[in-house]
Amino acid sequence: MPDPLRYVEQMTELLGLPLSPEYQPGVVENFTKLAAIADLIMDFPLPEDIEIAPVFQP
Amino acid sequence: MTPVAVDATQIATVIRGQEVSALAVVASSLARIASYNQSLNCFTTVMADSALAAAKQIDQALANGQNPGPLAGVPFAVKNLFDVEGLPTLAGSKINGSRPPARQDATAVAALKQAGAILIGTLNMDEYAYGFVTENAHYGVTHNPHNFSRVAGGSSGGSAAAVAAGLVPLTLGSDTNGSIRVPAALCGVFGFKPTYGRLSRAGTALFSSSFDHIGPFATSVRDIATVFDLLQGADPRDPVCTHRPPEPCLPHLDQGIGGLRIAIAADYFAQNAAPEALAVVEQVAQALRVTRQVTLPESHRARAAAFLITTSEGANLHLADLKTRPQDFDPATRDRFLAGALTPSSWYLQAQRFRSWYRDQVREIFQTVDVILAPTTPFSAPAIGQDKILINGTEMAPRAQLGWFTQPLSFIGLPVLSVPIHRPNDLPLGVQLIAAPYNEALILRVAAVLEAQGIVSAPVVTPEVL
Repeated sequence: MPDPLRYVEQMTELLGLPLSPEYQPGVVENFTKLAAIADLIMDFPLPEDIEIAPVFQP
Repeated sequence: MTPVAVDATQIATVIRGQEVSALAVVASSLARIASYNQSLNCFTTVMADSALAAAKQIDQALANGQNPGPLAGVPFAVKNLFDVEGLPTLAGSKINGSRPPARQDATAVAALKQAGAILIGTLNMDEYAYGFVTENAHYGVTHNPHNFSRVAGGSSGGSAAAVAAGLVPLTLGSDTNGSIRVPAALCGVFGFKPTYGRLSRAGTALFSSSFDHIGPFATSVRDIATVFDLLQGADPRDPVCTHRPPEPCLPHLDQGIGGLRIAIAADYFAQNAAPEALAVVEQVAQALRVTRQVTLPESHRARAAAFLITTSEGANLHLADLKTRPQDFDPATRDRFLAGALTPSSWYLQAQRFRSWYRDQVREIFQTVDVILAPTTPFSAPAIGQDKILINGTEMAPRAQLGWFTQPLSFIGLPVLSVPIHRPNDLPLGVQLIAAPYNEALILRVAAVLEAQGIVSAPVVTPEVL
């Protein structure tokens, strides 16, 4: 994860999700953990014909 | 001497036979709650007046020769994310406390009442079900009845502890990543998470809809089967609820396990666990004469994908409140929800596609096996507030680690029963009995055999009042 702090700052601004300075370190810490968890998924090659299984019935 | 559990089936039998009145049973439940709830903190609302009134109606119906149903007069309670008419649905939060009261009961609550059961109240949980410990900043910690200094587990901690302490014989909870199975194991009771979509979630506060399930806690296998059978059936109020016809399990409980192919989950499901958590799996395997092992591939990635999907969906549900009133969240969930709200869509979608991949792999495994055994939790109940635990020399965070063995299974919606193993002078542990989707009956047959052998049981514990 190159710079989680910058990502958190920009993404919260984009989402209109104001982050008080009090919460910011905890959110950055949690997002850094998520990024490490995401590596396990993003590193795993999936065939193109594997699709998500949405439960949407028109 | 631990008193033998009186299960819901037995209570209903004596009430229907008019040996004991429903009023006396409900009054006894309320008295036990009055004695112990202040120390245990299971209930967030006790509905004494309506429960006593409902009990009188059951007794009157019986006096008139009517049949009030299979759960006649049985006291029950529900995790406070189930809608109960007249109460705000807290879902463990302060925020929801100021919302208007629910206008009707959740489908599952209505079904149990229809069967004659009597709602006693609502139960404590982690805020918005995002936790494995039930250490709630707004409503307090739920204590483990076996040792008050330990957590009850979560997020359905109140539901598990209330049954373990004999406050009520039957409760409902919800399970997204392990929230029924984990507290059931730590409190030493049965906790059942049926197949995803099998039971209606209508009228329950969602957490992460891709994985949200509901299910019962009880002290006997027949009670679990009875409640499961009563709650089955299509429900247009829950878009995920299956249209398959109900498949009653209670009539098949005594069929035994002849011909069933049973195996122990290996690799991932034998890692990062205290020796005693694996020992109880071995104990169950020996009782069933099982030695075969199977591997569910890439289960560590399944857990990772479950994390990503849960945090994204959960954060999205609460985004408006996260924007406007983050200070009103429990500090234990707030930063995780805020971080989850920032999840890139590629992570979420890749995790959802991985879910299909993992499901396909596990489907293949179930071609050659019927029931799989795995630990429920990697260790017994940690101390309240404990933030580090040593497992095989490695330091871990107990709160997240409690879901190690449960998350990959709810991730693909498999039916799982956590069966309780009681250890002399030690805290209870659980073993997961896992089957292919919609094969709940096989799980319950295996559990019935283990129960008959005395390997699994849920004796009610009388807590020493603080």
